[in-house]
Amino acid sequence: MNDIPLAGTAPKAELKWVGTRGPRPDGLDKVTGRARYGADFRLPGMLVGRVLRSPHAHARIRGIDISKAAALPGVKAIVTRDDFRDMPSEFVPAGEMMVNYRDIVRNVMAREKALYEGHPVAAVAATSASIAREALSLIKVDYEVLPHVIDAAEAMRADAPLLDETMITAGVDPAPTKPSNVAKRMEFSTGDLKAGFAQADFVIERSFATKPVHQGYLEPHACLASVNEAGQAELWCTTQGHFVVRTHCAKLLDMEMSQIRVIATEIGGGFGGKTVVYLEPLALALSSKSKRPVKMVMTREEVFLSTGPTSGAHMKVKIGVRKDGKITAAEAELIYEAGAFQGSPVGPGCMCAFAPYEIENARVIGYDVISNRPKVAAYRAPGAPISEYAVECVIDELAQKLGLDPVEFRLKNGAKAGTRALYGPKFGPIGLVATLEAAKNHPHYSAPLGPNQGRGVASGFWFNIGGESCASLHINEDGSVTLMIGTPDIGGSRASMALMAAETLGIDVAHVRTLIADTDSIGYTFLTGGSRATFATGMATVDAAKAAIRQLCARAAKIWEISEDAVVWEDGHAKPAGQNAATFPPMSLAELAGKAGKTGGPISGHAEINAQGAGPSFGTHIVDVEVDKETGRVDIKRYTVIQDAGKAVHPGYVEGQFQGGAAQGVGWALNEEYVYGADGKLQNAGFLDYRMPVTSDLPMIDTVIVEIPNPAHPFGVRGVGETPIVPPMAAIANAISRAIGTRLCELPMSPPKVLKAMQAHKANGG
Amino acid sequence: MRYEAPETIDAAVALLGSVGRARPLAGGTDLLVQLRAGIVEPDLIVDLKKLPGLRTIAKEKGGFRIGAAVTGAELREHPDLRKVWPGVVEAANLIGSTQIQGRASLGGNLCNASPAADSVPALIAAGATVTIIGPGGQRELAVEAVASGPGKTILAKGEFVTSIFLPARPPRSADAYLRFIPRTEMDIAVVGCGVSLTLDQSGTCTAARVALGAVAERALLVAEAGAALIGSKLDAAAFEKLIAAARKACRPIDDKRGTKVFRIDIAGVLAQRTATIAAERARGQK
Ligand SMILES: Cc1cc2nc3c(=O)[nH]c(=O)nc-3n(C[C@H](O)[C@H](O)[C@H](O)COP(=O)(O)OP(=O)(O)OC[C@H]3O[C@@H](n4cnc5c(N)ncnc54)[C@H](O)[C@@H]3O)c2cc1C
Repeated sequence: MNDIPLAGTAPKAELKWVGTRGPRPDGLDKVTGRARYGADFRLPGMLVGRVLRSPHAHARIRGIDISKAAALPGVKAIVTRDDFRDMPSEFVPAGEMMVNYRDIVRNVMAREKALYEGHPVAAVAATSASIAREALSLIKVDYEVLPHVIDAAEAMRADAPLLDETMITAGVDPAPTKPSNVAKRMEFSTGDLKAGFAQADFVIERSFATKPVHQGYLEPHACLASVNEAGQAELWCTTQGHFVVRTHCAKLLDMEMSQIRVIATEIGGGFGGKTVVYLEPLALALSSKSKRPVKMVMTREEVFLSTGPTSGAHMKVKIGVRKDGKITAAEAELIYEAGAFQGSPVGPGCMCAFAPYEIENARVIGYDVISNRPKVAAYRAPGAPISEYAVECVIDELAQKLGLDPVEFRLKNGAKAGTRALYGPKFGPIGLVATLEAAKNHPHYSAPLGPNQGRGVASGFWFNIGGESCASLHINEDGSVTLMIGTPDIGGSRASMALMAAETLGIDVAHVRTLIADTDSIGYTFLTGGSRATFATGMATVDAAKAAIRQLCARAAKIWEISEDAVVWEDGHAKPAGQNAATFPPMSLAELAGKAGKTGGPISGHAEINAQGAGPSFGTHIVDVEVDKETGRVDIKRYTVIQDAGKAVHPGYVEGQFQGGAAQGVGWALNEEYVYGADGKLQNAGFLDYRMPVTSDLPMIDTVIVEIPNPAHPFGVRGVGETPIVPPMAAIANAISRAIGTRLCELPMSPPKVLKAMQAHKANGG
Repeated sequence: MRYEAPETIDAAVALLGSVGRARPLAGGTDLLVQLRAGIVEPDLIVDLKKLPGLRTIAKEKGGFRIGAAVTGAELREHPDLRKVWPGVVEAANLIGSTQIQGRASLGGNLCNASPAADSVPALIAAGATVTIIGPGGQRELAVEAVASGPGKTILAKGEFVTSIFLPARPPRSADAYLRFIPRTEMDIAVVGCGVSLTLDQSGTCTAARVALGAVAERALLVAEAGAALIGSKLDAAAFEKLIAAARKACRPIDDKRGTKVFRIDIAGVLAQRTATIAAERARGQK
């Protein structure tokens, strides 16, 4: 590819659009109610789809009798396990994820067993919601109720009820002879652990526990499927990745991908939880049977009962330091709950645990454990917030032990360019140290604290990913630009893409409109996740714009009758260069667009890439808490998020990501948890009793964007969407421990637990 | 399911007594939620909001008569009510959010009979009474006698509450309500506490009523807790007794919203804090 000098590659100071805070193109429709989310689509003749869910945490399904329901007038289709082909147990790539279709087919519809309360057992499509509801009550399921197990530590015991009688722990040599609920053991190690701990002057070892927490997206899962007599399907759904939905549905329903068109609707939050399929294959199957469009929308209760939270965990962390503050060795054992099927994010949990530090001798062992609760799904930086919470608490305690400022202690051991991470690669330019320096110098860090207040700090790391993305950019006759991409916009990425396209083309961003194209209208694009959209699709966008520019230059060359490489693109204009410089007046993009018909036809640029070189993002959070000494209630008084964005394409949305991560982290730290009864049933499947923070629980969250450019991206972008949820739990735990003089090692740090810890501390003479 | 909005008390009584499963409707912020969740399936819903007196606040015998369907927002905006009964008004205003405040009523909060209902401990502490009308005529009852257990009241078939009466107050009287929730709003009380008291010119407490919510199957009037304050200058010793009496009265359960031990602990803390606020308000009066 011949390289054309572009504004987009110019130094930061010369950027005109990237880095500005323009209005959000999707904002108007969202605040006026015009935007169409998953549940807003309807078609003539549409049926209502409803799911019958297991009332038991663990039960063998001996039989399902649908005859009465099928006979009910208005019922047009019913599907059960018999409508889905069984799949072999193997992990196959789906985009950048590894998935096991044996498990997916069982999660969308229970087969041999119901493995959690809320596990789908049948689905009905009927002419009205009340008929559908009545039909569900007429389906007779013959359950043999089995003993259940909810918590991973209990699920690991030899006498625990087995969810899958064929599960032999992988990663253990020699392989165990008996099945268990432990799906997998993994180990990452470097250096000599024993020697490392021998060099330490102090060693701290602590056990931690965290609870599963739900992503809490405001919009429940929803879709509308329409399959015609020829087997051609259309599917509207709220998803982070419509191509991934297509892949899964095609596989589960034995359809060719070309027969399914998936349209990603406007999305009301996902945070990782909308990267999997739940309703979509059921709606397609029901529509295929009834030959009528079928719409399915979950209730909030269904969202809590049957969609993926992230793992709860039990962890041990041990770190040794010399008196001079250098970490000599670190060790961790992580047990993550996967829910009913294997595949917790314990792998990334292991890889991230010690990633912010340069540690010569380290080992992390992880276990992936199944139990009778919904299968976990991705939740911002899956796995990392859990293990890094435990590690960052021990780091804080070590700093206290050494009498060192916690930021200084981190600076002494922090990862830098050239540090080799425990999971393999050497870091390129990274921003941990820059965020720590920014924290140290932030007025928040030196502000005085009031009575019963404490200040905590924690750092966090997430890899970020690249991967497959396409972009297709059309220069319209009037010089405006339509940009089509395949990553659904959750955090404002349409605006960011428009900014990058405008910068590259040298035109006003107001003339660029970004659309999320459906699966038939653009090439395969992996989902919005892994903080990849602005990085990878951004790269594709810049490439597509460059491809269009090459055409624009060629058209100008044709008009001027000079050679193509004698034309450069500057400031939105083609200009003659070299010996032809200034021989013709520059031609604007709009002029060239207007003449396109006469110079060779429409002008477009497109790019299909597998983006490499994603830049990890580090962050450091500072938080002040005030603890009510009589009730244990924790109030967040002040919060500052500092994170390396590489380059903030739209700083406002980057700040939004920072603030959102901190807000979700506050919930995870203080109050969010699933409350199960002795019967294995969830007691708080709703926002009233699953206590996510409300606006008045939070202070205005302050942000600082650090920019250490990622050399692999034309504008230096790193992903920013996930790292913000990594540090909050430890930062808050560290703040509470400094406020009350004793440490809690279990999340959530809800008032009863904080009060108990303070009372125990007092009883021990604290 | 049928919906009726009668305009006379007699018509309402007749309707409520006529059908098997009939339910009064005030703001609907409990009833509609329960309908959607399939918890209640009435055949008839009788909207009380068009009945005379159900939506007005009137001065009576130096006190206030509040229609059972008056909303939280209307209570807050009344020019005199919050001066005399700040605790009752702050309790009612804790219910839900701005949107809920436009609908939620004292009558609904009381008759929904949640042990955690916010306005009920404040009304009990205030010594409020309710007027009940039904096929058998009209009767008056103390607020603490209305709920009998979670979701249950002593109201007979066809009966409903028409108004709540807050009595006249002697000088140097005030009330307060506090609840404990893990969040700052949109939550259900883990413990609620209402205190109403009167001081004499020397600052000695001459009357006190203390009520607790969410620590038993219904809101409790804790006579011993009130007695702990009466005759004292609301000093540390009196507060010690208050805390002990409040904790002793609790008979909570462990549930998703809080543990037994925690609730008992917090009941004492809230009793002291609420009494302190009520005392400050009473002392602040001329
Ligand atoms: C989002 C949300 C937040 C909430 N937060 C709180 C809170 O913080 N604290 C709290 O205490 N409650 C809370 N609630 C519950 C509810 O808002 C209150 O209990 C409210 O006071 C109910 O009043 P209403 O007029 O809406 O009652 P309705 O829903 O109309 O009625 C409630 C019940 O009482 C019966 N009823 C109503 N009026 C009468 C009458 N005059 N005589 C006899 N029976 C009658 C009805 O048949 C029904 O059974 C919340 C509810 C929601 C939806």
